[in-house]
Amino acid sequence: MKGDIFTFKIFRYDSSEPEKKPFFQSYNIRVIPGLTILMTLLRIRDELDGTLAFRSSCRSAVCGSCGMVINGKIDLACRTQASSFNSQTIVLEPLPNMNVIKDLVVDMTPFWNMYEKVKPYLIRHTPDPEKEIPQTEEERKRIDQNVNCILCASCYGACPVLSRDPDYIGPAALAKLERFALDSRDERPKAFLEEVNNDKGVWGCDTVLRCIEACPKDVRPTDSIVGLRKTLVKNKLKKIFGKEKDEN
Amino acid sequence: MLYHDVLIVGGGLAGLRAAVGLCDKYDVGLISKVHPIRSHSIAAQGGINAALANNPDSKDDTWEKHAFDTIKGSDYLADQHAVEIMCQEAIKIVYEMEHWGCPFSRFPDNTIAQRPFGGAGYPRTCFSSDITGHVLLNTLFERAVFKGVKIYPEYVVTALAIDNGICHGLIAIDQLNGKMVPIKSKATMFATGGYGRIYYYSTNALINNGSGIGLAYKSGIPMKDMEFVQFHPTCLIGTNILMTEGARGEGGYLVNKEGRRFMEDYAPKMMELAPRDIVSRSIQTEIEKGRAFDSELGKYVHLDIRHLGAQKIIERLPGIRNICIDFLGIDPIKEPIPIMPAQHYSMGGIDTNEKCETIIKGFYAAGECACVSVHGGNRLGGNSLLDTIVFGKLGAISIDEYLQSNNIEPDEKLLNNKHSEVEKKIQKMASPKGEKPFKILDELRKTMSHYVGIFRTKDELQTGLNKILELRERYKNITVTSTKLFMNYELIGALELEYMFDIGHIITLGALLREESRGAHSRRDFPQRNDADWLKHTLAAYGSDGEPVIYYKDVVITKYQPMERKY
Repeated sequence: MKGDIFTFKIFRYDSSEPEKKPFFQSYNIRVIPGLTILMTLLRIRDELDGTLAFRSSCRSAVCGSCGMVINGKIDLACRTQASSFNSQTIVLEPLPNMNVIKDLVVDMTPFWNMYEKVKPYLIRHTPDPEKEIPQTEEERKRIDQNVNCILCASCYGACPVLSRDPDYIGPAALAKLERFALDSRDERPKAFLEEVNNDKGVWGCDTVLRCIEACPKDVRPTDSIVGLRKTLVKNKLKKIFGKEKDEN
Repeated sequence: MLYHDVLIVGGGLAGLRAAVGLCDKYDVGLISKVHPIRSHSIAAQGGINAALANNPDSKDDTWEKHAFDTIKGSDYLADQHAVEIMCQEAIKIVYEMEHWGCPFSRFPDNTIAQRPFGGAGYPRTCFSSDITGHVLLNTLFERAVFKGVKIYPEYVVTALAIDNGICHGLIAIDQLNGKMVPIKSKATMFATGGYGRIYYYSTNALINNGSGIGLAYKSGIPMKDMEFVQFHPTCLIGTNILMTEGARGEGGYLVNKEGRRFMEDYAPKMMELAPRDIVSRSIQTEIEKGRAFDSELGKYVHLDIRHLGAQKIIERLPGIRNICIDFLGIDPIKEPIPIMPAQHYSMGGIDTNEKCETIIKGFYAAGECACVSVHGGNRLGGNSLLDTIVFGKLGAISIDEYLQSNNIEPDEKLLNNKHSEVEKKIQKMASPKGEKPFKILDELRKTMSHYVGIFRTKDELQTGLNKILELRERYKNITVTSTKLFMNYELIGALELEYMFDIGHIITLGALLREESRGAHSRRDFPQRNDADWLKHTLAAYGSDGEPVIYYKDVVITKYQPMERKY
């Protein structure tokens, strides 16, 4: 078989045995060109160490299972080629800002809690029409970027604010909130945005774009956060100048 | 002991739709071996069929025409009354998904956009660029969040508690807490997806190993039409990631080494938009005749979408473009995509009727794991997302009816017995002397792709069958590194592997016995469809000796008489 021997240094920890400290374990494995980090991990688990834990499913960068830190950079293991680094040593660590359950598997409960906080579903008061709710192509396009989010928590792991304040709602939830706030069909009251009009919400963001950098699907949570801030400021000004009724 | 009125197993579209339909009235628990949003429904790209007649070219489309296309596409093996129900429901559920927030692409008149798809007489596939599964699954998950559905994420079902024809619940491993838990229920639905990973070349996610189907089979529920395996024509070489039929729906060409659109030889009228079984056989034939390209990753032909132009590709097919860039370093705006056929979908599955009922009281199945049958010998593109949501909805309605008229107390003792059976099974794997599961799985997958593929012959099927039975023997002596239940993916894989032999076995046996060619089942030694002898469903039941018992059931014909299938 062609290919070079790579050394994978993988973070190991088992939260069911908390008395044992985390450590890095090295595995040497032959990597043929085109082999992804995920395929290599699967081979390591099959052939070298059956106890290694990591999540995976679609292997095509759509299900969001395999976000991790690969040589210091957050990405999906399934879309990262092992040979794409200038090194034959690859260090794998779990996503930051969440507790490790085992090895590369983290507890995403806080991530999902934040997601649920923004009421991530279409809210309407008008009764549904018989057919579709009309929407223009242009209106549909407005949410294109947000819709692409695969909820992999790469942004959540990359966020510097979350590393110091676990109560910060985080980039993915705010991008999701904007997805609905911008949807021409959504009728949530304007006051709803007040829920994130604070330091745990949109004003918590450092706007250093780490989430954009980490996103494997080109979603831009910082843009969403800045967008929501602008809307909040506009709403406030309208209230002050009593123009609420003139514009929707 | 944990209890829910209804247990739904599987967090994809079928399972979520069923849960959403029942949770206002009943105590529902949804069990999923991955977080629901990771379910394989997420990977569907092209769209969902419904005769909305929104496309200017489809103003006279009707659900009856959708039903006809589906039945013809099925090579007349689908049960026609079930297809009629699905195609009528299609219109309602697409609007329902839209009302629940699904961001479909739009036409200039602000209606849901529809594109042409294979085997369809009209452009009736509703879509959201090429991430339709992603948007539908998100919409249904959002709905489940809104409704507060109780979810058990990363729970793997290891046994069904069935006694005397009644289902009392199940046993599951809670991976995150390292515990095995029995859960009682009055009704249980499987929405556990397909078995693609028993094939070496498959578009399916790693989770799609058919363990739900196999567990149901071993628990005494018959399987239907398992020999009908869909091979998708356009899968990326190497990884076999799906390249949506939408690429051809938008106007993409299939081109061989000679630079020719070879579909003119096989389906001169519909060309690239012939149904999948026909296009896959055509590509395979081009490969066998030496008219395909060759590479280290295998033989392939080109899916060429360059002539659609950058704007259309970016707007309508951004997902597959990104996949090509990420996984092959190719930009389809500038280069043709190298593709080959690979296993994609299981038409067969748990034998259900149009109400998702099985022979077991209180046990239901919906989605890809089930076989109603609405797809017969070959499923049309855009009908699988439809099947999942329609039968998730209808399954919920029939569970409601069942619970209203039956009040059987689940039997705790039965669940406790099952619990200890599974524990014993796991302890057996602790023996350090056995074989690791991965090698056996690898051989099974190669056997299936090699001997039970697009074209089949008696000799090859027989060889494949013998090989599967050998591997099944070897499985009895497997070992795992650890038998701890906490986050032990190797153990889960080893437990699920058991069922993969049974699935391979009944697919191959069904294929060997069916001496005709119909839909995706193509026998070189019996190249014609034979309605006189084979217009019937294959049923496979788990026999008392552990071997399958095969029998047959009539196809339901309403008003569409079988005729020759030409495109």
